[in-house]
Amino acid sequence: MRLTAKEMEIVEILEKDARLATDVIAKMVGLSVEETKQAIKKLEDSKVLVRYISIVDWTKVENHPGVRAMIDVKVTPKRGVGFDEIAERIYRFDEVSDVYLMSGTYDLSIIVEGKSLNEVANFVSQKLSTLDSVISTTTHFILKKYKHDGIIFENDTNKDKRIVVSP
Amino acid sequence: MKTTRTTYISKLATDLKPSGIRRFFDLAAGMEGVISLGVGEPDFVTPWNIREAAINSLERGITSYTPNAGLLELREEIAFYMNDQFQVDYSPKDEIIVTVGASSAIDLALRTILDPGEEVIVVEPCFVSYVPMVELAGGVAVQVQATKENDFKIQPSQLEEVITSKTKAILLCSPNNPTGTMLNKEELEAIASLAIEHDLLIIADEIYAELSYDEEYTSMAAITGMRERTILISGFSKSFAMTGWRLGFVCSPIEISNAMLKVHQYALMCASTMSQYAAIEALRNGRPEVDEMVKSYRRRRNYIVQSFNEIGLECHEPGGAFYAFPSIQSTGLSSQAFAEQLLMKEGVAVVPGDVFGESGEGHIRCSYASSLDQLQEAVRRIKRFVDTLQETR
Repeated sequence: MRLTAKEMEIVEILEKDARLATDVIAKMVGLSVEETKQAIKKLEDSKVLVRYISIVDWTKVENHPGVRAMIDVKVTPKRGVGFDEIAERIYRFDEVSDVYLMSGTYDLSIIVEGKSLNEVANFVSQKLSTLDSVISTTTHFILKKYKHDGIIFENDTNKDKRIVVSP
Repeated sequence: MKTTRTTYISKLATDLKPSGIRRFFDLAAGMEGVISLGVGEPDFVTPWNIREAAINSLERGITSYTPNAGLLELREEIAFYMNDQFQVDYSPKDEIIVTVGASSAIDLALRTILDPGEEVIVVEPCFVSYVPMVELAGGVAVQVQATKENDFKIQPSQLEEVITSKTKAILLCSPNNPTGTMLNKEELEAIASLAIEHDLLIIADEIYAELSYDEEYTSMAAITGMRERTILISGFSKSFAMTGWRLGFVCSPIEISNAMLKVHQYALMCASTMSQYAAIEALRNGRPEVDEMVKSYRRRRNYIVQSFNEIGLECHEPGGAFYAFPSIQSTGLSSQAFAEQLLMKEGVAVVPGDVFGESGEGHIRCSYASSLDQLQEAVRRIKRFVDTLQETR
């Protein structure tokens, strides 16, 4: 679908801050609050705005046990369906958060989330590697998140360092 | 003996008025939890690729002087950029000088053109340095007041009234600090024809040119017949979020540029080398970041201007820069009293309009180069402050 300039602005604004109040957005784009509500509703209905989620820094939460791993997967594509069938077999697992078809030395890049190293290891050895089309897997555990979806974690460049009043 | 010390100070320096901004800075600097709308610079940090270019130049050990006019490579980029963005043509070899911020470019221009006692018409409200800089250059600043009634656009008839045989130049800033007002092509043409008729120079401070939100920007130098009598000043501070790098430039016809270069080489030698390398990167690859920043400023402007009008602080729509200049006359307070009480009671720092000239009285300058969260909180506090004032009246 084609968006109007105002709709495009609303999407761009919400993409950066999904919790921004409608009346603030309305002022920013120069629409009434009612018009803005309708525009957002239309964007939600048409699934341009798919879902509002938060970027969470779980490493700050001591009692959160989660680990993430990026896994390179080599597979055998099948006649007629190519990589799509095996990709679907993989992305249907709840443990899998992302699946990408890649160029280069392996075929699928997937991200798996689990409660512990063990849980991810079990998933890889028992569910992923045993799939017929899977030839090999290489698992990389994520040790620290520096930047995610354009957001830099733990960095003071976002702090306002300007003097309070200047000409 | 303390008293003899002051005898060392020149009359010129003694007579300079301290900047009204300074007092506010001192008041606000010691306070906790202040939200500042008093800042005259972008809230963005210089884009990383630009910072990286400077780091790279340092790593390669490029730490020596550059030519007085600046690196030729940079001047070539500036020439291309000015032509591409503003349709003005300057020779990188002898019509562009890289300066230490736009401030030093203005100073350079004034010192180069003024003989003692010659007059420069300064359109107020304006940047706090204009009048002192004219005086330091031996000139006489003739202030004319752009008023709220005309959305702070100076009327040619006002200029004409103060032109005398001693008038050498008109100093203009568009988009304007502090009002945000931008002059369109027709308005520039009207001023230009005055300049041509009376054989005046125009010092055009176009440092905010990139930050224009509604209309296509027109440079004074692009107006027919004006290239030969315009000293065009711009820089990297506002558009590329590079205030601390202190890098500006001045474009002017070859005769003026050559004279300015003499002054520049004796006074400053050249601008900072690493900043110049950063600026080359800014001009080559900075466009996407500038576009993003402009978008962001435009949205914040829309938000803050409408919010002020809702609170009851009448505010014209500023076409550029990142300042809103709402009227606070409805509160019955002077701009100094309003700003001071707002700071003390609600912890919001703004700049009282009178520091920018007589016609700024009754207004406050609010920079919207702050995060949207901060702006929202500032609006809440200012509303509470204004509401309390209305109740007690």
